[in-house]
Amino acid sequence: MENKKFILAVYVENKAGVLTRVTAMFTRRGFNIDTITAGETEDKGYTRITLCLRGDEYVREQVISQLKKLYVVKKVELIEDDPIQRELMLIKVRNSSEHRNDIMAAVDVFRASVIDYSAEGMCIEVTGNPSKIDAFVKLMKPFDILEMCRTGIVALDRGETTLLSK
Amino acid sequence: MKLTGAQILIQTLIEQGVTDVFGYPGGQVINIYDALYEYKDQINHVLTAHEQGAAHAADGYSRATGKVGVCIATSGPGATNLVTGIATAMLDSIPMVAITGNVPNSLIGKDSFQEIDITGVTMPITKHNYFVKTIDELADTLRQAFSIAKSGRPGPVLVDIPKDVQLASIEFTPQGVVEKIPLPKVDESLIEQAAALIAQAERPYIYVGGGAAGLGLGQEVVAFAEKIDAVIGCSFMGLSAIPQNNDRFLGMQGMHGHYASSVSQNEADLILGIGVRFSDRATGNVAKFAKKTKIIQLDPDCAEINKNVRVELGLVGDVEDSFRRIAKKCGAKSNPQWLDRVRELKQEEERFEEDLALAAKAALTPKQVFDVINAEKLPATVIVTDVGQHQMWTAQYVEFDRPRRFVSSGGLGTMGFGLGAAIGSYTATKDPTVLITGDGSFGMNLNELATAVTYNIPVVIVLMNNGVLGMVRQWQTLFFGKRYSNTVLERKTDFVALAKAFGADGCVAETPVEFRKAFKEAIKAGKPYVIDTRIDKDEFVLPMLPPGGSVDDIITRVK
Repeated sequence: MENKKFILAVYVENKAGVLTRVTAMFTRRGFNIDTITAGETEDKGYTRITLCLRGDEYVREQVISQLKKLYVVKKVELIEDDPIQRELMLIKVRNSSEHRNDIMAAVDVFRASVIDYSAEGMCIEVTGNPSKIDAFVKLMKPFDILEMCRTGIVALDRGETTLLSK
Repeated sequence: MKLTGAQILIQTLIEQGVTDVFGYPGGQVINIYDALYEYKDQINHVLTAHEQGAAHAADGYSRATGKVGVCIATSGPGATNLVTGIATAMLDSIPMVAITGNVPNSLIGKDSFQEIDITGVTMPITKHNYFVKTIDELADTLRQAFSIAKSGRPGPVLVDIPKDVQLASIEFTPQGVVEKIPLPKVDESLIEQAAALIAQAERPYIYVGGGAAGLGLGQEVVAFAEKIDAVIGCSFMGLSAIPQNNDRFLGMQGMHGHYASSVSQNEADLILGIGVRFSDRATGNVAKFAKKTKIIQLDPDCAEINKNVRVELGLVGDVEDSFRRIAKKCGAKSNPQWLDRVRELKQEEERFEEDLALAAKAALTPKQVFDVINAEKLPATVIVTDVGQHQMWTAQYVEFDRPRRFVSSGGLGTMGFGLGAAIGSYTATKDPTVLITGDGSFGMNLNELATAVTYNIPVVIVLMNNGVLGMVRQWQTLFFGKRYSNTVLERKTDFVALAKAFGADGCVAETPVEFRKAFKEAIKAGKPYVIDTRIDKDEFVLPMLPPGGSVDDIITRVK
């Protein structure tokens, strides 16, 4: 069976230790997480966790069922059919006179922004689809990447439907 | 009325119908024990020799009755000693509430004396667990713990209560027993699909598991098998769920299952699984398991569907209700060819058994031991086991006369489970209790003999003593060229003297005649009684479906 990337949105109770419970399930069952993000939602009582994973149909089915069994989980939804997805990256590259123009051109084309600038380095913020972030990283590689961090994916379905209304 | 946290805990247990708890006191539960002293007329506390024994006792209590078993331990080592017992309950879906004390909130996270993050430790081996941060959430958390433990697919829940919460006080109002959350009823269209699959089947096999063990569906399953002309088999955990006095019941299937049961399951064109999870010990190599078979699986747990085997139809919800509706919907049919084939398999099985009996050279064989037990055991006897060869022989040979009479660690396979579990099941039922154990398993937690003596628990302990770790030795014989690495015990333990030292009684049995005499004596003894039953170290559990193999690889005789 094919190993496909998929995104899960998980609504969990906003309580201490909830993230541990969710991630412990993955360790326990031997599933890998590519990216995970967690944050506040429209409802203060709940946290929304967005998980990005890879796996075949078996993994997809099992992960969803096992998540549903956790008492802190209110809802699990597979986000399908080209959802809106975004990721944010901060990347620090060496600021050299030799490459400055190339870097600035890339920043311009990718609609990124330089948020810190010093004689030796600059920090760039890029937001977008994960593949756009990947492309930007690839572009920066020859210019000496000093440090980078990515948030992981957040995703919402298109249209007016919400996770809880589904 | 204002009560302390410790009093609220005990009051809530009483409110939830708990009459017996198993545990061991310590620094961070001293207030709970003080409250237990206060309510000792309403709640019986059994002091075990070790917290592990308390956890197994709570588990045995639950297996024999279906009630939620309760155990209590102090923080740190007390709590970690419960871990194996909690994991045992988890793997067999046994409802249990484990209460632990912890250091006060002000000392949490400071590596204080006897401080352990037990909710962290037990996260993967509990259905859910709680750390009770404040007193106002205590009573409802406990109620929630009972609800979770017994609802849906049952399991253990741990509640960790820091000492300051036990000491604080708050207004308490007792409530009623929390009821099980009803399982959803399966959609009618799925019932129809199941009935249609059964109608098409020519070789149906009804497969009963631990999920059906406590439902009391036994007679109905037999009646249904007669109606659709099917045979019945069970998993290890499903033993004692089905009345055995009917010729459709083929017994346990799987690694050490009955030959006819395992082979016919593989030849069936339809398996109706009732509360079974198709564990690796039951299926062997899943890639070769029942390849031509359509499987219908009835289970309360959505994650069990398609987890171990792909099924044609998964009915997630109320197993009892689904079964009854399917049974009602199906018309009578007859499958004479199938029944003929199964009869053939049973004859083959009988031939293997005769060959084995003829080949036996020892003065006392396991089969002879179980013949005596079956003949002499009293009605309603609870059979408890440890883990190893003796456990598999029990599963193969013992005839159970009603449900919830088989108490054994299936999923986790916990050696040392038996004595604690026997204490628990006897405390719950007061029915005759027989523990079948081995010298390996018994050695792990025999300290609980002290508990059995103190509480006057007349458990008959059949210690199948072969001087080796027989199950591992069997694998070493078959798959490791007889390299008996660390499985020869060669201990000098005198089990009869040991039993007497604990205040119990015992004797040695070396022949069928001696064993029969000893077993009768033990039943009459009115106190724990150890029968040091000498069997040969090279007895095998057969048949054996080798690990990773299929029914084609079943070993039925030793060369």
